[in-house]
Amino acid sequence: MLQRDYTTSQLDVLEAEAIHIMREVAAEFERPCLLFSGGKDSIVMLRIAEKAFWPAPIPFPLMHVDTGHNFDEVIEFRDRRSAELGARLIVASVQESIDQGRVVEDTGRRASRNRLQTTTLLDAIEEHEFDAVFGGARRDEEKARAKERVFSFRDDFGQWDPKNQRPELWNLYNSRIRKGEHIRVFPLSNWTELDVWDYIRREGIEIPSIYFAHTRKVFERDGMLLPDSDVVRRGDDEALFESVVRYRTVGDMTCTGAVQSSAGTVEEIIEEIAATRITERGATRADDRASEAAMEDRKREGYF
Amino acid sequence: MDILRFATAGSVDDGKSTLIGRLLFDSKAIFEDQLEAVERTSRDRGTEYTDLSLLTDGLRAEREQGITIDVAYRYFATPRRKFIIADTPGHIQYTRNMVTGASTADLAIILIDARKGVLEQSRRHAFLTSLLRVPHLVLAVNKMDLVGYSRERFEEIREEFTAFASKLNVTDLTFIPISALNGDNVVSRSENMPWYLGTSLLHHLENVHIASDRNLVDVRFPVQYVIRPQRATDHAFHDYRGYAGQVAGGVLKPGDEVVHLPSGLTTRIASIDTFDGPVEEAFPPMSVTLRFEDDLDISRGDMIARPNNQPQVAQELQAMVCWMADGVKLTPRSKLTIKHTTRTARAMVRDLHYRLDVNTLHRDEEATSLGLNEIGRVSLRVTQPMFVDDYARNRMTGGFILVDESTNGTVGAGMIMDAS
Repeated sequence: MLQRDYTTSQLDVLEAEAIHIMREVAAEFERPCLLFSGGKDSIVMLRIAEKAFWPAPIPFPLMHVDTGHNFDEVIEFRDRRSAELGARLIVASVQESIDQGRVVEDTGRRASRNRLQTTTLLDAIEEHEFDAVFGGARRDEEKARAKERVFSFRDDFGQWDPKNQRPELWNLYNSRIRKGEHIRVFPLSNWTELDVWDYIRREGIEIPSIYFAHTRKVFERDGMLLPDSDVVRRGDDEALFESVVRYRTVGDMTCTGAVQSSAGTVEEIIEEIAATRITERGATRADDRASEAAMEDRKREGYF
Repeated sequence: MDILRFATAGSVDDGKSTLIGRLLFDSKAIFEDQLEAVERTSRDRGTEYTDLSLLTDGLRAEREQGITIDVAYRYFATPRRKFIIADTPGHIQYTRNMVTGASTADLAIILIDARKGVLEQSRRHAFLTSLLRVPHLVLAVNKMDLVGYSRERFEEIREEFTAFASKLNVTDLTFIPISALNGDNVVSRSENMPWYLGTSLLHHLENVHIASDRNLVDVRFPVQYVIRPQRATDHAFHDYRGYAGQVAGGVLKPGDEVVHLPSGLTTRIASIDTFDGPVEEAFPPMSVTLRFEDDLDISRGDMIARPNNQPQVAQELQAMVCWMADGVKLTPRSKLTIKHTTRTARAMVRDLHYRLDVNTLHRDEEATSLGLNEIGRVSLRVTQPMFVDDYARNRMTGGFILVDESTNGTVGAGMIMDAS
């Protein structure tokens, strides 16, 4: 008879599932890569990859789609963490896509390179012939993502067709594709924002400093606090002021808002999130506010 | 804190979205900005009440057509448990979606409208739940407020459903009278139904015992990936050779004698490794790396078991198959790719024994094909031996998917029968 209950904590179950997904990709695809932005979700994903293949090195390169409008602290972290792991880091540059005439930059005060990333990403996937691309997206983030598979099929044009998704049963994932197509893989699909933070705390994982409360010059636009920076176009009517803030998500400076917070440790961040009544993307992402289906539309085009 | 995965079955008319909306709202998993967006959309459409189904219907096409296309996953937590809801739509393509959602569920909630009673679709939901071996079933008799919170009505439905369920493999069946709209017996016990002595739905979800639902008896470890560092700089691991995978059954310990399939050779577990250090035991659903005392030729798709407790080694599979493809049908001689645990092979349909009517459970032995959302008893011949158990005994080593070799789509889900 069994002497004990063999219960498993939610983080252990989520970690075991994510490790299984990563190993499945490494076994079944020729050229996977992992999207690493230096944001908390991709940091957790990278830790899972480290665990999945230990003591061997991570058997695929990392890739960052760099808009050129990222926070310095995050870029520094990205480079340092990749070097520590001895991983190969590919930086796909949106600036290069602009210089080559692949995309045309928006103009005006609200110009953002967010949407341009899709072209740069798809070009890089094609150039490096990646057949599987790991992303850190979670289903609790957004309602289009709630319906996306763990193995999400993309056609030759990198497009997602929400009405034509492959059924996904048990822990069996279908990795069959033709040349030119690829699969976006989301090992953190079943994690929530709080799970990610609980895991960061449990594992003692380092994260970029901008996630913690700091003093920053900001201005207010549409209820969001945007940073004072060369790349963010600020109108004369948008006054700068100093505030104690932190970032709940890390993206482009032009569309990522800070939240007023005094949380200086991971524990304090977890307390703050447990009490918050606003979703992370709702609070901090201008890119999702464009329309009710903003994420769905961008995903269809091949966005992360 | 552990995780409970549950599937919800029922249509919008049964109050499924309202129930999910209430569970999410009362557990604070719905945020103000989401609620505001739903209120705004409801207003724009001229709906008088806040339509909580807008929270679950995520895609543009769904909102435009007012239907739900696909399985949506929702998350909430209470201090006791984290919950993952597989929310499946109640109309066309229902079977495919419900089978998908139920495949990983620990529990299923079937909603019944107290005024309408047990309908054909309720029986279909119950059958699929039992076919997929969801260990716990809750029959939520909803809209009790519209039948005057009548105990007689509830008992009537309970008796009718119990009689039907006795024909199925349902091991744990719980009936709860609720009103999702008013919140009766959803989060807390209702004062409107003093005759009901059971717990609220949420209390049941928080406390239902699921730890022993996993198979902790039959050791099954499908080899997923071979780890060989071969880093010249890292001498400590130069000769390291580990076999990574997720435990599908049983409890493994260092020193245990194990058998490798297909070779049939035995060895002992030298060590169970993880990034965080070696562990003393491994059980489902842990992802670990095994090292063995002897140097065997082991690769992905192989199976580790116990010498005195082995899975069936089979190239002829008997299975119930749910067909999920829109265009092509399953017929005798259909050739497909099969993926079972970590092993992939080719399969040919040898025989379709019968097609099952999911509403009446009638077996049509004259059937010559399975179309979209149809379920039938099939024999398959596989190009390589598979290491299988009855699905009823182990969902991980008893389930498989079928992939179309021309479209690459996942076209079938199979559950092994009569393996032993």
